Amino acid sequence: MASNGIKDQVAIVGMGCTPFGEHWDRDAADMLIDAASDAYASAGVDPADVDAYWLGTFASGISGMVFSEALKTPYKPVTRLENMCATGSEAIRNAAYAVASGAYDLVMAVGVEKLKDGGYSGLVIPGPDGDGTESSMTAPAMFSLLAPAYCEKYGVGEGELKDVLSRIAWKNHVAGAKNPKAQFRKEVPLEKICKSPRVAGMFGVFDCSGVSDGSAAAILCRAEDAYKYTDKPIFLKALSIAAGPNEGFISDEYDFTTFQEVVVSAQDAYKQAGITNPREEISMAEVHDCFTATELVLMEDMGFSERGEGWKDVMEGRFDGDGVQPVNPDGGLKSFGHPIGASGLRMMYEMWLQLRGEAGERQIKDPKLGLTHNLGGQPGRCVSFISIVGSELG
Amino acid sequence: MSGIISYGAYVPYYRLIRKAMGGGKGERAIASHDEDAVSMSVEAGRGALANSPAIDTLVFATNSAPYAEKLNATAICAALDLPAQVNTIELANNTRMGLAALLLGTDLGKAGRTSLVCAGDLVIGAPGGVRERDSGDAAVAFVTGPEDDAIARVLGRASSTTEVLDVWRLPTDRFARQWEERFGIEVLGPVSLDTAQRALADANVAPDALATVILDATNSRDVAGIPRALGLKPEQVADMLAGSVGRSGVAHAGLVLAKTLDQAQPGDKILVLSTADGCDAVVLEVSDKIVRGRPTRSVEQWLASSNNEVAYNTYLKWREILPFEPPRRPDPNRPAAPIMKRNESWKYAFYGSRCGKCGQGHLPPQRVCLKCRSRDEMLAERFADASCKITTYTLDHLAYSLQPPVVSTVVDFDCGGRLACELTDVDPGEVAIGDELEMTFRRFYTGQGVHNYFWKARPQR
Repeated sequence: MASNGIKDQVAIVGMGCTPFGEHWDRDAADMLIDAASDAYASAGVDPADVDAYWLGTFASGISGMVFSEALKTPYKPVTRLENMCATGSEAIRNAAYAVASGAYDLVMAVGVEKLKDGGYSGLVIPGPDGDGTESSMTAPAMFSLLAPAYCEKYGVGEGELKDVLSRIAWKNHVAGAKNPKAQFRKEVPLEKICKSPRVAGMFGVFDCSGVSDGSAAAILCRAEDAYKYTDKPIFLKALSIAAGPNEGFISDEYDFTTFQEVVVSAQDAYKQAGITNPREEISMAEVHDCFTATELVLMEDMGFSERGEGWKDVMEGRFDGDGVQPVNPDGGLKSFGHPIGASGLRMMYEMWLQLRGEAGERQIKDPKLGLTHNLGGQPGRCVSFISIVGSELG
Repeated sequence: MSGIISYGAYVPYYRLIRKAMGGGKGERAIASHDEDAVSMSVEAGRGALANSPAIDTLVFATNSAPYAEKLNATAICAALDLPAQVNTIELANNTRMGLAALLLGTDLGKAGRTSLVCAGDLVIGAPGGVRERDSGDAAVAFVTGPEDDAIARVLGRASSTTEVLDVWRLPTDRFARQWEERFGIEVLGPVSLDTAQRALADANVAPDALATVILDATNSRDVAGIPRALGLKPEQVADMLAGSVGRSGVAHAGLVLAKTLDQAQPGDKILVLSTADGCDAVVLEVSDKIVRGRPTRSVEQWLASSNNEVAYNTYLKWREILPFEPPRRPDPNRPAAPIMKRNESWKYAFYGSRCGKCGQGHLPPQRVCLKCRSRDEMLAERFADASCKITTYTLDHLAYSLQPPVVSTVVDFDCGGRLACELTDVDPGEVAIGDELEMTFRRFYTGQGVHNYFWKARPQR
């Protein structure tokens, strides 16, 4: 038994992405139409040529008809899927495997989320009926557990860590300011970030990603067909996902300084892609910075930093847009908000732009391999997705 | 003959200073926003059941029933892990029903039955009124049964029933009404004295032989004349905790009795009297088994563990008297009946599971072990009385709560087992990793007309 991966078997040949934001004037169908239309145009394909669809949405609709009714696709297969905050990435993964299997020639992975019609602060997760004993922790509270645990384990002072977290937020807003599709397109001074009102634990408002609406789409085909559609395809090197058994809330050995799901999915992805030193080999990454502390811990879980050293790398600017290993060059969840079904595809959209040299003033010099990462759940109890993509075969 | 075998009391953590209400001395006990008559009675019941007697009857009295229709005692029964075979009786509508429940329990004891008698009340008065000021919230529980094991046996008793419009409340009313006090005193004063005298005669005890006299009434002046009429010395008359708790409805006579038993000597004779729409009175004699039957926590200890830094408007919000700005978060979902039933032992009695193969603890109970993956090898284990420590915590300013921020913790039980749970009765500024906690049964919220009970952790009281 093995996770063999489909390295270099599948390519992305077209992508589309709506601006992310509070789209009071547009519903999920509108955004799907916009993202899909851009993707069709990007690949230069007629909608009728796309054989099958994978639609990721967390809660903005049920079934594939959310898409087929919006786009009036003529009786094509549309699979609606959900895997918490990794939903958009899961759409890519399933679409890619369908192409690799030979079942279809040309498919679309598309994600959408309409969050801003609810009228609530923060993310609201509709769950199944319960017995009323479930934890009522909000997302910022869940992730805020990382901060004191990190301080304690690595002997970092709370004030010191607060500076690290603020710098992560600052970095991602700097990147977002350069991105016309971001929800927040302004740099935010460090001091303002540091002093923002507390939401949970050490987290202030600026440690949290926003809530927004958005959609993004990708068209995939077998690698050998890629150049039929574009002269600059990007190739999937690895797709990995890990769902945890809830070790964090059962085992007293879990200490809230790591996501085991991320460690496992990263190792699997690196194996698929043939990567032995991610710190050196990965040119850039779009990671799930739902909260600033998440991004810090991810750097260590993904092997970008040594254990307990991630905070130093952050402070040294390693992950800045112009750093050695840029992380969230498009501004991340921090600047885009997190329309759940769309986020994974939005991350891939930045890889698409960067690897094709189309990222404008955000362009990273000559990137070879990019990584996208999604996380759904909470520290100790989550699903983690990792993909690795590159502009060249081999 | 029969008597009291063990007992337990519960006084909530929070107190409201009467000055904050506009006047008066001392403070009154107030249930937190996550407590009610049922949850407080469970806490008192845990004290009374410390020695795990075999209970066959549960009697519950309250004047603030969380459900007007649907037995409230069932939640107490489930949370205290009493067997489903118990006979359940619920008394209501009048503050005397607390003592009436105790008398019923001792009567059942004569028939050889062992009962858990719980009385709990959350007393709400109209803002600015005497009832709000002078009342309190508390609970008390007694195990009653045959005399052999009794820490206090019943020597005699008497009752009176009086049809009188004294204190009343319609089902649709939020606050009770009261007729002119003078009238109540005129009617119920003589009834109370007569009942006391008949109880003493039944017990064949002279007033001067009493160690303590507990005089409880809807209006304390109804019984104010009894000490003089019986020729009692001031030291015989119990302090009714007016300055520290307030009159805690159905629980009150029992609460003062619990406090008396905390300090009683073998041979002490105690008269307990409660007046409301009539009167019940009982004379008890403390036995030499008293030391064994005392709960771990005395009433004094419950009183000493308190926090009176609650603003009056906060209290009014907790009682849903004062409307307030809700957070921009969805209202909590009501729990679903079939799931509550399936998970009853977890939700109410707080049973987790422990792997029979490798010993890993699981809360909630699981079928497959996290550690060794064994399937269906679990043993049920109750964590309600297990102590635990804070492994990590956070203050959640965003979560829905009547007392933000919510203190969310991950706790590890000393016996092995981890749980993410909410902390209650705590100053958010005082929480620290490593703090010792204990579990407490609470009403989390009421969603779409359904009360949601479960367990939280609190600093050890």
